Amino acid sequence: MSVMGLFFIFIFTVAILWLARQGVMESPWLEEGEVAHYRRAAGAEPPPATKVALAIFLAVAGCLFSLLAAAFFMRGDAPDWQMPPIPGVLWFNTFLLAASSVALQAALVAARRADVERVKTALLIGAATAGFFLIGQMWAWRELIELKFFASSNAANAFFYLLTGVHALHLVGGLVALARTTDKVRNATRITKELTTSVELCAIYWHFLLFVWLLMFAMLIGWADGFGVICRRLLS
Amino acid sequence: MYIALVMVLVVVGSILFHILSPWRATPIASNWGFIDDTMGLTFLVTGAGFVAVILFMAYCLYRFSHQPGRRAAYEPENQKLEAWLGIVTTIAVIILLAPGLLVWGQFITVPKDAMEIEAVGVQWNWSFRLPGADNQLGSSDVRYIDSANALGLSPADPKGQDDLLVTAGELHLPLGKPVKVLLRSIDVLHDFYVPEIRAKMDLVPGIVTYFWFTPTKIGEYEILCAAYCGTGHPQMRGKMIVESEADFEAWRTAQQTFEQSRKSDAGRDKRASAQ
Amino acid sequence: MTDASVPQNVAPPPAEVEDVELYHAHSWITKYVFCQDAKVIAIQYAGTAITVGILALVLSWVIRLQLAFPGAIPFIDAQVYYQSVTMHGMIMVVYMLTAIFLGGFGNYLIPLMVGARDMVFPYVNMLSYWVYLIATLVLVASYFFPGGPTGAGWTLYPPQSILTGTPGHEWGIILMLASLILFIIGFTMGGLNYVVTVLQARTRGMTLMRMPLTVWGIFAAAVMALLAFPGLFVACVMLLLDRTLGTSFFVPSIVELGEHKEYVGGSPILFQHLFWFFGHPEVYIVALPAFGIVSDLISVHARKNIFGYRMMVWAIIAIGVLSMVVWGHHMYVSGMDPWFGFFFAVTTLAIAVPTALKVYNWVLTLWHADIHFTTPMLFALGFLVTFVNGGITGLYLGNVIVDVPLSATLFVVAHFHMVMGIAPVLVIFGAIYHWYPKITGRMMDERLGKIHFWITFLGAYAIFFPMHYLGVLGMPRRFYEMGETAFVPASATTLNIFITITALAVGFAQSIFFYNLFKSLKYGAPAGGNPWRAASLEWQTPETPPGHGNWGKQLPVVYRWPYGYSVPGAPEDYLPQNAPPVRGERSP
Repeated sequence: MSVMGLFFIFIFTVAILWLARQGVMESPWLEEGEVAHYRRAAGAEPPPATKVALAIFLAVAGCLFSLLAAAFFMRGDAPDWQMPPIPGVLWFNTFLLAASSVALQAALVAARRADVERVKTALLIGAATAGFFLIGQMWAWRELIELKFFASSNAANAFFYLLTGVHALHLVGGLVALARTTDKVRNATRITKELTTSVELCAIYWHFLLFVWLLMFAMLIGWADGFGVICRRLLS
Repeated sequence: MYIALVMVLVVVGSILFHILSPWRATPIASNWGFIDDTMGLTFLVTGAGFVAVILFMAYCLYRFSHQPGRRAAYEPENQKLEAWLGIVTTIAVIILLAPGLLVWGQFITVPKDAMEIEAVGVQWNWSFRLPGADNQLGSSDVRYIDSANALGLSPADPKGQDDLLVTAGELHLPLGKPVKVLLRSIDVLHDFYVPEIRAKMDLVPGIVTYFWFTPTKIGEYEILCAAYCGTGHPQMRGKMIVESEADFEAWRTAQQTFEQSRKSDAGRDKRASAQ
Repeated sequence: MTDASVPQNVAPPPAEVEDVELYHAHSWITKYVFCQDAKVIAIQYAGTAITVGILALVLSWVIRLQLAFPGAIPFIDAQVYYQSVTMHGMIMVVYMLTAIFLGGFGNYLIPLMVGARDMVFPYVNMLSYWVYLIATLVLVASYFFPGGPTGAGWTLYPPQSILTGTPGHEWGIILMLASLILFIIGFTMGGLNYVVTVLQARTRGMTLMRMPLTVWGIFAAAVMALLAFPGLFVACVMLLLDRTLGTSFFVPSIVELGEHKEYVGGSPILFQHLFWFFGHPEVYIVALPAFGIVSDLISVHARKNIFGYRMMVWAIIAIGVLSMVVWGHHMYVSGMDPWFGFFFAVTTLAIAVPTALKVYNWVLTLWHADIHFTTPMLFALGFLVTFVNGGITGLYLGNVIVDVPLSATLFVVAHFHMVMGIAPVLVIFGAIYHWYPKITGRMMDERLGKIHFWITFLGAYAIFFPMHYLGVLGMPRRFYEMGETAFVPASATTLNIFITITALAVGFAQSIFFYNLFKSLKYGAPAGGNPWRAASLEWQTPETPPGHGNWGKQLPVVYRWPYGYSVPGAPEDYLPQNAPPVRGERSP
């Protein structure tokens, strides 16, 4: 529950600051006319709708992962809770996902410099490393299943599969978007503004998923146990 | 015109219904009179708000309905009025909340001398357990449940051997003594609900919940389940009998202990195998 | 303050908002079936929602008949009764109310009210509807699977919901969970659209504080829904895994009907937290659009600006924020740590303050107004009565100790039906009467509308007001039959019969509405572009019904707020948002 508290404090602070800047304190009936109140500083272009949409989607996905984390900590209180051993391949996967994130950031930098070739290479590297990450995750699942850590045998195992699974599904969705971007770039001779936005959105999404993965990984290997204890202490 | 009248009639009708209604809270039989008092206070405050708002609305409907040539006043806001209304509402809410929280504080503070008893819910009946001579309940776990041990008492726990098991769904309680009811379910959610004592609480499988009350009236009360527990939910009934200390003691000594119940079961098994 | 730099009486400069590349329908199928126009999607959403809503209404008759005449109706047994209760609740709350307010009114009104040509992502919008439709079909399909739909109660509390003592534990529960998961996916697509459209596609001059309260309400509700539905999503996925794979998220070790189950250690209360984390905001997801719409109905038909617009906006925001931290008031007697009771009682009663301020501002709008008793206005007034009544009973249930005797009784049933059943449904009717002329170009029959209103309003009040008293008496909810119970007098049965007969009558009276709806399509009086002489932007479209792209060649430019009614000095008693300022007009 503390996880949700932190998440909401963050979301609501952002929302309320934004609303304040949009003038929710003003009295609209006193203002008439058009330009006077057309609130968009000259020169500052509005962000593309897709970027706003992504930001909101990240809030939704963030909420989903926060809830899963909250459930993880609450369920983790029970005496039957027994974390499975963490497959070593996860360390390598973490490295892959980080590399993927770096590659997409590189693609974004290259796109801003209008370097088509580098964008193509970076996107391919990003997609490939993300693909290997997914394969690595499947490997980790297989390893656990072979060791007979089934989802039904302990809730901790179930949470392991659930968390990594939901994360992987998000990454699969991201890969679809990335594939479409790569396809567009492949046929392009020069980098348009639209393409840069596409690449940027992928990069943002990847950083988000990396961030989520790092927190999740910390939870799974037990580095976040301290946090669970703090939550319990806060609540009691 | 007629619309304003109907709105007034709705208010008057609601008040009359409240006064004339034969459906009232059951006569209270526990120490939780404070709950009834808080509810009465809530009724007065919120009822006044309801009547005031709807009558004001009805007056506006009557007074400011459209006539040819009428034009509405132009008044975007009135911050002073809104602030006042906000303050009055906040005060009203505090009037409701403060006593409510105080009583809740009592509700969750069990008196030290409360007698502990246990109510166990299972689809779809009630069982009870009272401490024996040692005045302590033994530990229990769902794992121990079998045909001879319906409540899952730990066979190894010495504290549990003298626990009194009441499986007929009839619970007796002494008058005027605070009771802490420990609640345990062995299958799904149930809720120990006796309307006359006002208090109620869910039984949650996997954990032990509790609430407390002091019976204040001799009588026989029906125990219902107030958390949906499957198709047999309405049939899940029990009986709570509040009686004098002496009657209670007499009933208590007649109950079977855990130890006895196991012996008699074993004896029955032996007889069965001998035949 | 009129901007001095704008020359007076000059044609406004072209709108700066870039024109969206419009989707063009090429065939009948893409125009009416797989259509990407928000207005068509709105009709599809509303049509589907109303259709399943009628199913849920019929199910409520099953419930009522059983309660009044237990055992007398041959086809109703405990199984059918609990299945009806479950499906009625879930359909009404999620598949009807949420879908019609956000998918229906949201889709139709947001683009028109903020001056956009369409939703920002029309294709995603279309997908959203089709996923929603599949979700409802999956839900209804559970009637055709062995065991029928689930009878777990709409809260789906485990362990009960996945065990054999529950009707529909074979397939019903699986389909229910799958359907909810689909609904949430579909809704998230739609919700993103509503929010981004409000943020990005407002026309020139349409600042946030110039948006009608309808848009504010729908916008806030969409944001809350996006944040709340993940709670239900997580709960459903985990419950589905418990049911199918035998994981133990929510189910501890139990013995069911003498048989030890495999589950171990799960926490039923965790499910309740997740469910109500969604479930309470859900109440406001339904209420906030209703608040917004009713503000507009009252203002237009009372010919007066909504009183305290700013307070109304702030109240919406405050309610939205607070509603995310009150969910525990559904769990006062759930066995959760009782200390939470203090926290949730305080937040719950705190939410009463902004809500009460909204009520005051609605009735204060009527003060010195020029009230036209049109059908939409009547429904708005009906909303006020039922909402205030249902709202104050919320103060009983929110105040933790008063909730203890009342929880799980018919008092709760009466409360939430009054406040989030009847009140929003009255708003839906009012809104349909109000915007029907814009949608079809024809007026609905006022006389039939008024008959419909009085039957529905007084009938619904007569159903749910007395029901509170059965709750105070102690009659529990979700009882298939009361049987012989000492504390329930025989007169309670009489009251139950009265309620049932009223419910049947009110239900059948809805056919007046549907008759009116379809008859007016062809025979209604032509409405013209702005029959209510309203100021907000959706009434200023060049065509009625609005064409594809809404605004013809040029987007409208907004010069003022949407409540310019009876402005002193103005020639008419309303000033459209997009009418350019003229010399001599009052500018305070």
